Amino acid sequence: MNRLDALRGTTPPKPHDARAIAALAANPGCARRALLDGAGIDKDATARHLGFPAPFGQSPFAITRGNAFEALVKADGCAELLRMLREVLELPVAEVAYHDVENVGAHLRHTHTRALIDRAARDEHDSGTIYDHPLLGLEIAGHTAYLEPDVVAFQLGGRFHIVEIKSFAVIDGQADPAAVAAAARQAAVYVLALRRMLRELGHDPLRVAHDVVLVCPENFANRPVATLVDVRRQLAVLERQLSRMTGLDRLVEGLPEELTFDLLPGEDGLPTRPAAELADALRRTTARYAPDCLSTCDLCFFCRDEARQEGACDLLGRQVRDELGGVASAEEALGLADGSRAPAEGQEEIARLLRTAERLRRECLA
Amino acid sequence: MSLLTSLARLRALEEGIAQPIATVRHCHLAERPMVLIPLRMSGEAAAPLAALLGTRRDDPRLLVVTQPRNRDLRFAWAADLAAELLPYIGSFLAGTETVERKNSDPYERVLDAPQILVPNQAGIAFIRLLGRSTRFRRAHGPYPVPPTVPLLGRWLTYFGERATHPGSSLMTAVTEELGRHWASGQSGLEDANLAALTAWITTGPSDDAEDPLVWPPAGPATDPGFDAEVLAPAIEAGAAERITEALRGQLEPTWRLMWQAVDLLRELPEGASVEQRWEQDRGSFSAMAQHIAEGAPPQARRDGAVAAASRLARMERAQAAYEVQRAYDDPLVMAEYRLTGEAFAGEVVETEPEHSEGEGRSRKLRPLVVVKTDDPVRLAPGTALGTPQRRAQGAQLVEARDGLVTVKITKGMGRGKTPAPGSVPEVGERVCYTSLTDDFQGSPALPEAEATPWTHGGPPREYAPSDEDALEEWS
Repeated sequence: MNRLDALRGTTPPKPHDARAIAALAANPGCARRALLDGAGIDKDATARHLGFPAPFGQSPFAITRGNAFEALVKADGCAELLRMLREVLELPVAEVAYHDVENVGAHLRHTHTRALIDRAARDEHDSGTIYDHPLLGLEIAGHTAYLEPDVVAFQLGGRFHIVEIKSFAVIDGQADPAAVAAAARQAAVYVLALRRMLRELGHDPLRVAHDVVLVCPENFANRPVATLVDVRRQLAVLERQLSRMTGLDRLVEGLPEELTFDLLPGEDGLPTRPAAELADALRRTTARYAPDCLSTCDLCFFCRDEARQEGACDLLGRQVRDELGGVASAEEALGLADGSRAPAEGQEEIARLLRTAERLRRECLA
Repeated sequence: MSLLTSLARLRALEEGIAQPIATVRHCHLAERPMVLIPLRMSGEAAAPLAALLGTRRDDPRLLVVTQPRNRDLRFAWAADLAAELLPYIGSFLAGTETVERKNSDPYERVLDAPQILVPNQAGIAFIRLLGRSTRFRRAHGPYPVPPTVPLLGRWLTYFGERATHPGSSLMTAVTEELGRHWASGQSGLEDANLAALTAWITTGPSDDAEDPLVWPPAGPATDPGFDAEVLAPAIEAGAAERITEALRGQLEPTWRLMWQAVDLLRELPEGASVEQRWEQDRGSFSAMAQHIAEGAPPQARRDGAVAAASRLARMERAQAAYEVQRAYDDPLVMAEYRLTGEAFAGEVVETEPEHSEGEGRSRKLRPLVVVKTDDPVRLAPGTALGTPQRRAQGAQLVEARDGLVTVKITKGMGRGKTPAPGSVPEVGERVCYTSLTDDFQGSPALPEAEATPWTHGGPPREYAPSDEDALEEWS
């Protein structure tokens, strides 16, 4: 059995979605996350079983609004979307064909998408087509992840565009930068998947535009507005990340033979593995906790707890960690500051700074 | 964040309680601040759900939109909010003073100004959006709204924009202010949680702070679990009473935290420059009130090129001044500059109070002071210096060697042959000098808006209120 599959054990694999793949890029140094994701482990279920449920959830109101907005954009064979594409891509689109890939059975969708894209790429005619509900595949660490986006691929004149529909508002031409960044990271995953598909089919991958069309509600109404977002930077990060993921073999090699993160689901699907045992198993892998994990990784509370027990400087954020370059724990840093600890080689400079800082604080607070 | 703050965070982590990073309060704190906790409908850009507000801790006012999808109720809510905020704002307009200006007409400045306290930055962003969604409405024509609604929108927009002005206290996020005075043992990201940060400062960290059942989020986003299990069923059932009580339950814990934060900040003595910055706030507020009284149109959706450039320049100058003033007001902030070698403090070991330069009529007093310091001085000879101990004086670094720094006082010595008593530090006195100075910087020369060059889009179109603005959907 594949070592990664052994890590997952009898628990069914959790398919990656674009959000998860995008989040991989957020914390490249985390071996724990790389292993869990590589093995297709359900991190959310794992965290809940460990007693550290993830702090994020989505409000039913937000979900309802998101769905309603998507339905609006896609209504009548994407009529509204077409209007915006004409504007934003400045294309003289007379009419376009509309393919809803979902009309075929779920198991055929990926093959069907592939066939449709292949045909479009070969097509001599300059006819536009909108592909709704395509299913793209992307290989992650030896496993194919199927990406099922609320995304539409639009093809015209041999160029493909990824369209991403999001329900956060663009107000007077401005949107929440964090939301836009997240959408761009996610869209980059689709661009990459579509590019790889084209390459496999023997076409030029660059026929997929690096400008994605982001569709959001405008101002306070439900009226959609489209904007082009350049995702080249996100693509570069993602590709670098994914190529590193192939290095999973090396991470696996360092692990004990019998190690597994199996939840041992019972007949009712609920985990039967003793939580303490699972926690011990996880601690055999190295995490790289950073406060940013709190918004991107299901396991964040578990890793934060671990960092707290170790008194790691990582708890305080990347900035503090960088400032203390080479000093890993709070105890060590404080020891250097009050002089009770001699600096190791290479720590002389930071130790001198910490001692001065400590003296200044004492003087000012006396 | 500086290494000094990082060290304080580490200490907080070890001792299990937040550590001070300021010895004085760097923000103005009004006698009767308006505490305002807004809640937004999840998934919507700026649809209000509720607000708890008031100037007295034992008398909060709860405003609720009992059917968040109903447009009329939303405007009624905005009118209710206006009925609370506009009288509060208006109560400051009565007492004014006349301020004389060089090269310009005198103007009237209010003696005191309103102060709105919200829990966090996200709350401020939401208030700005509320302002944006209401300021273009109209009391007449199609879809009329109560006349107080567009007026409220203009004020909310003003307060929201002023909150980005460095050092302003007209509207501030309480977590930001607490974080400027205490270092917790958690990350800056987690400091945005009011319950968690207050716990670090008062009793030590508590996991309860992140449990939405114990401490509901301080807004404007609600807890998704609350939305799913309490709010959605109540809205479905159309039970206005149930919705109101549920939202009160979500807001009241934060209300208590807000006043606890006010108490914490009030315990700190006010920094010396706070008064001066508050004076600028009063001036800015007066100008806004004047604008409205003169019937100027609502603020534009976006700044034109000239307006944006001048706003940016204003904010940069305010930021620089704010940083310098905080360092001069607070030895613990100045310590950050001492750590980087831009300031030094120590004991005066030698003086030459009657040292002078020049001859005859151009003879000037230039006293010399030698300071013994342990600080790592990284300043070149000739660097201009200032000192918190004698703010009107200017000095120059002559030489720094082996922990002894010679300083020459170059400004503020007067015309006398001998220095006025107390103007030159005595041997044994502790002094601090820094290259950080709050030199007045003129505003950049920018063209008039009508003369905006074509490279910047040409003159911006004059804003003309239109029916379209007033009709804008708010769903």
